[in-house]
Amino acid sequence: MEIPRDLAIERRQRSGAQFSEPVERRGDWNDGSLTNVARSAWDQQQLGVLIDGNEKTVARGLGWFSIGLGLAEVLAPRTLERFLGIKHHGFLLRVMGLREIASGVGILTGRRPSGWLWARAGGAVIDIAGLGMALNSDTAKPANIGLACAAVAGITVLDIRYAQELSRNNDAALSARTIEVRNSIQINCSPAAVYKFWRNFQNLPRFMSNVESVDTLSDNRSHWCVRGPAGKRIEWDAEITEEEENRLIAWHSLPGAQVENYGSVRFETAPGGRGTYVKVHLQYSPPAGIFGARVAKLFGREPQQQIHEDLHHLKQIMETGEIITTKGQPAGRARGTSWKYDQAVRRQVDSRSEYQPSAA
Amino acid sequence: MKANCWYGKKDVQVVDVSEPEILNNRDAVIKITSSAICGSDLHLYNGFVPTMEKGDILGHEFMGEVVEVGSEVHNLKAGDRVVASFPISCGKCFFCQRELFSLCENSNPNAWMAQKLFGHSPAGIYGYTHMLGGFAGGQAEYARVPFADVGTVKIPDGLSDEQVLFLSDIFPTGYMAAENCNIQPGDTIAVWGCGPVGQFAMKSAYLLGAERVIGIDRFPYRLLIAREKVGAEVLNYEECDVYDSLMEMTGGLGPDACIDAVGMEAHVPGVIGAYDRVKQLLMLESDRPHAFRQAIMACRKGGTVSVPGVYGGFDDKIPLGSLMNKGLTVKTGQTHVQRYFAPLLERIQNDDIDPSFVITHRLSLEEAPRGYEMFLNKDDDCLKVVLKP
Repeated sequence: MEIPRDLAIERRQRSGAQFSEPVERRGDWNDGSLTNVARSAWDQQQLGVLIDGNEKTVARGLGWFSIGLGLAEVLAPRTLERFLGIKHHGFLLRVMGLREIASGVGILTGRRPSGWLWARAGGAVIDIAGLGMALNSDTAKPANIGLACAAVAGITVLDIRYAQELSRNNDAALSARTIEVRNSIQINCSPAAVYKFWRNFQNLPRFMSNVESVDTLSDNRSHWCVRGPAGKRIEWDAEITEEEENRLIAWHSLPGAQVENYGSVRFETAPGGRGTYVKVHLQYSPPAGIFGARVAKLFGREPQQQIHEDLHHLKQIMETGEIITTKGQPAGRARGTSWKYDQAVRRQVDSRSEYQPSAA
Repeated sequence: MKANCWYGKKDVQVVDVSEPEILNNRDAVIKITSSAICGSDLHLYNGFVPTMEKGDILGHEFMGEVVEVGSEVHNLKAGDRVVASFPISCGKCFFCQRELFSLCENSNPNAWMAQKLFGHSPAGIYGYTHMLGGFAGGQAEYARVPFADVGTVKIPDGLSDEQVLFLSDIFPTGYMAAENCNIQPGDTIAVWGCGPVGQFAMKSAYLLGAERVIGIDRFPYRLLIAREKVGAEVLNYEECDVYDSLMEMTGGLGPDACIDAVGMEAHVPGVIGAYDRVKQLLMLESDRPHAFRQAIMACRKGGTVSVPGVYGGFDDKIPLGSLMNKGLTVKTGQTHVQRYFAPLLERIQNDDIDPSFVITHRLSLEEAPRGYEMFLNKDDDCLKVVLKP
């Protein structure tokens, strides 16, 4: 079995040997400031995959077009009004101009230009509707408005076409990569207490919202059931590869797993009575194909945020004995929680836990 | 039960909703006897704070009688009369253990949302957006109080609701604002905003030993209360230049500490006011921070600017150059209410202060929508509305 890269590094670190950092690591992630480096490397990788070749050029062109049109609308609304033969819509034109500039800037600087291109396309539909309404004006110049409509429609077609292209690449990129997540949290109790709670793997589903169950097979083997895409369950056997009491647990999936994965969690004594820093590192390699892409999406949409919320739930259980909820509270609508905003509450595991925080 | 719910900009309605239940082991359910409308509720009413949802029950200043407690609440029982603190705090995390209750790490189920906007999440707050937890509020007949063992203070017999209700928010908020000024004998404290929090900040500044207190507002009736009931000197900013007047009053030194009890919806006459209004409407600026700007410019060199006023996002034209070159200290934060429960209850019992002096209107819960309208428009010299379910 190949040793996961991060574990190899951990070993070298512990043995005190100096090592040259692999390019993709650029530092020891245990130093909190370097998570940003990892994240920006991640962003660059995404950008590289998402915007490539032709699509990139066209997207940039559309971005600059947006900014140009937007500036014209903001700075010279009168001239545009005269051209279209409408009156007293200067403010509206300026607002439309600001929207154009925003989507232009978004396309040029955004991590996911496809989203901004879709937004542009949506905005164009509003523009066309506005131009249609302008036809009702007494002073309207139908020929010029027609010209403007044709221009907007043409650009809209381009927007949609390239948004589709970029969105497709997006999905392809998801299935092709290994998903890597790192996160850490401070918990106000001893490393021993958190280690003890985590080491009892049956506790994991209580704070990991995607994990349905973890059954212990032997001292260092366990069976994991995870909620997969479209209600499909993903299962695998895992083995502890490294363990230090009250300090470290590392594991990986055994051969035959649908989703190859490995992870580690460290429990570090935080300075000055701050309890414990819990630092998690997870890696998933989804299989190829459509199913793989869906798995990647499941873990990959906001993996950083997902694990962050899971760790926040762990913190709540350790510090207060349970996870605070608003599910079931009254409200002047059908549901006590908000469908729009309370995703974390909806996803959270059962809040009524039996765990009692130890006096430690 | 009846509850006052938010349905949009300038739209609150009293509707029938289900009664709250115990959801966590450290919850209590209380039958509300008095509730109040807070100035910060007006920010929601005006639609300036994101992540409100139609049907959210409003209200974070309330008190009542305990009717039920969860299995892990050992210091309360049914029948106890309590005031609840507006921040919800676990009492166990790094921050709660340092008495920074409004920075609790465990009471906001939607912490990730606030983290995106602020970098870190503050504590959950009743009826104050989903970003701060989406908890049902206390402008209702009953309310659920999470972490009730930490978030309530028992009220002894002999004190009326109106004397103690404001321990929930505005009295400690004004008090903490004054405490943050590190008042020394002989100090002059200027307070922007003579709303309820401003009045308590002024009163507290005197309690903490200030020599002079100057209240700044534009409504004569509020300035009158500041002068008559608190004993402050007053300035009407529509009739004078605030900076010039403060310098005149302090021999050019400036107030030793300035308190911004206005927050995100400051009114300013003239060009700056128009600038902020336009930027806020276009969503280019989340707040209108003019009181804060003025407080920085006027504050004595080496002095303190204390900010109990609520801000939500990203603001422009803050005179950082003044802040830095004058060596000012800025202290701010949502109030750590639980820290002030015992000492301020004692102040009330000792007759150092009777917080009910700010109340101008007493309405039934059903009249809450009228209360909001009146408070917003300053109709009928409205300063503080108390709702009786």
